[in-house]
Amino acid sequence: MTSTDVKSAVRADSGLLDVRGVQKTYYGSGRTVEAVRDLTFSVGTGELACIVGPSGAGKTTLLKCIAGLLPPTGGEVRLGGARVQGPPPGMAVVFQEYGRSLFPWMTVADNIALPLKQKRTPKPRRAALVAEALESVGLRDVPHAYPWQLSGGMQQRVAIARAIAYEPDVLLMDEPFAAVDAQTRAELEDLTRSLWRNLGMTVLFVTHDIDEAVYLGQRVLVLSGSPTVVMEDVAVDLPAEREQLSTRALPRFAELRAHVYEQVQRAKTFHTAPAAGASA
Amino acid sequence: MNVLKAGARAFLHLFGLPAALLALWWFFAARSDSFYYPTLNEILSAFGETWFSSRIVDDVLPSLWRLAVGYLGAVVLGVTLGVLLGSHRQLRALLEPVLEFFRAIPPPVLIPVLMLFSGIGDSMKITVIIVGSVWPVMLNTVEGVRAIDDVLADTARCYGITGAARLRRLVLPAASPQIVAGMRQALSISIILMVISEMFASSSGLGFAIVQFQRSFAIPEMWSGILLLGLLGFALSLLFGLLESRVLHWHRGLRQSQKGEK
Ligand SMILES: Nc1ncnc2c1ncn2[C@@H]1O[C@H](COP(=O)(O)OP(=O)(O)OP(=O)(O)O)[C@@H](O)[C@H]1O
Ligand SMILES: [Mg+2]
Repeated sequence: MTSTDVKSAVRADSGLLDVRGVQKTYYGSGRTVEAVRDLTFSVGTGELACIVGPSGAGKTTLLKCIAGLLPPTGGEVRLGGARVQGPPPGMAVVFQEYGRSLFPWMTVADNIALPLKQKRTPKPRRAALVAEALESVGLRDVPHAYPWQLSGGMQQRVAIARAIAYEPDVLLMDEPFAAVDAQTRAELEDLTRSLWRNLGMTVLFVTHDIDEAVYLGQRVLVLSGSPTVVMEDVAVDLPAEREQLSTRALPRFAELRAHVYEQVQRAKTFHTAPAAGASA
Repeated sequence: MNVLKAGARAFLHLFGLPAALLALWWFFAARSDSFYYPTLNEILSAFGETWFSSRIVDDVLPSLWRLAVGYLGAVVLGVTLGVLLGSHRQLRALLEPVLEFFRAIPPPVLIPVLMLFSGIGDSMKITVIIVGSVWPVMLNTVEGVRAIDDVLADTARCYGITGAARLRRLVLPAASPQIVAGMRQALSISIILMVISEMFASSSGLGFAIVQFQRSFAIPEMWSGILLLGLLGFALSLLFGLLESRVLHWHRGLRQSQKGEK
């Protein structure tokens, strides 16, 4: 009785993501770049948060720190209470450079199945997950193709299918829909929301597209230009049932979009005044 | 119709020039009466008599055995060292000067040295083949491992593909184009070293037989041995091509699709 309670409490928190004072400076040969200055926020278990920010703001850098792929120069990332020091189990990442994230020597189905094999998912279950994931991204027909035989948008969808077949607790997505056409994009947005609601995972979604951020998220975090801080944390108080046309037609949607848009505009010049003081 | 034409063209490409050269050889050798340039007829009849005999067991098989063990040894050793050096920058920096030095030594000069340690038996010849052929495999593997895409490496890390799985699923396949290129270079070096080591000091093998024929003025037999070596190299290269197209078919497709984009 008690043990199940403890277990479910642990499980309930396993998706809690805590970013505390994360700072990242790249030390190159003769060139140091302070990509991320000071980021603090947390994303609750089962929450879907979007991150928007100007290009070069350090969104990818932040995601890599969260995924345990890059050690932050300062601060820490905690996942379910434990400090992230390497890629945590149960986390899937869809990379911005989707084309380079697929194994070119494996078929589409093998690409999706490989992480499951590594997790020791039994074979029948694995096959079912692969088929399901391909179906849900609309690629039922290509399991035996190689990634390089597919268009950019299709490759992107394979990378997404691989992440969702993994059934992660935490899903990080870095501009995942950048290469797909508008129709597919809308479908994938709805897919992301329905998967998120069905599987109860924590989703952190990076995008350039303000509309997309407002449509998808429960929250939108607006990052400043580099060196990066969180400029604003906008709660998206739209109804949980979202639908491409009617939700986007809501007056509240327009307000939120306008608000985030202003913030992003401000983000671009955010550092011109305070940065002079900060660096002194 | 077109298929027939294409087939005929491929056939001509493969065998046209060799056939023309043979015809030339036939023609000029038939007119020469030099003892050292026997006619092709003589060489071919010597070929049958010489090699379809006990020499298959006495000379051909031992040569092939040394070649196989030496070559495979060089491949295994080269890939192992290449993966180690390719994945550890400090190790590479430490060993690079030493390796460059050893690589610069022409392998045949090792034969007299190795004879001192391991006699004139198979182990000496196999060692010579390994020592000489390991370099292209190793250096190409290092390049291949270093060139692994970092997004791909990050992907593997995220999905918990580490350790042995990483080697099998990421490192070796990613480096396979370079590894295969190194293996191709190593194959011809191996054949050369097999023959040279047998010419130096031996009591069996193709190189030994050819030198023996030459010393006893069995000139057509000597030429037939050279012909056999050529055929052997040709056959191995064909086999290698088959292996290559199986292992690297994805790589060819990938390169073609990238070319199409540009
Ligand atoms: N490996 C690296 N070495 C040095 N500098 C880097 C490295 N990766 C990123 N940077 C720098 O860090 C800054 C942030 O880069 P990052 O890729 O995180 O931005 P981003 O917000 O994801 O941009 P985009 O929206 O264009 O994808 C940039 O100035 C970039 O030049
Ligand atoms: Mg980015």
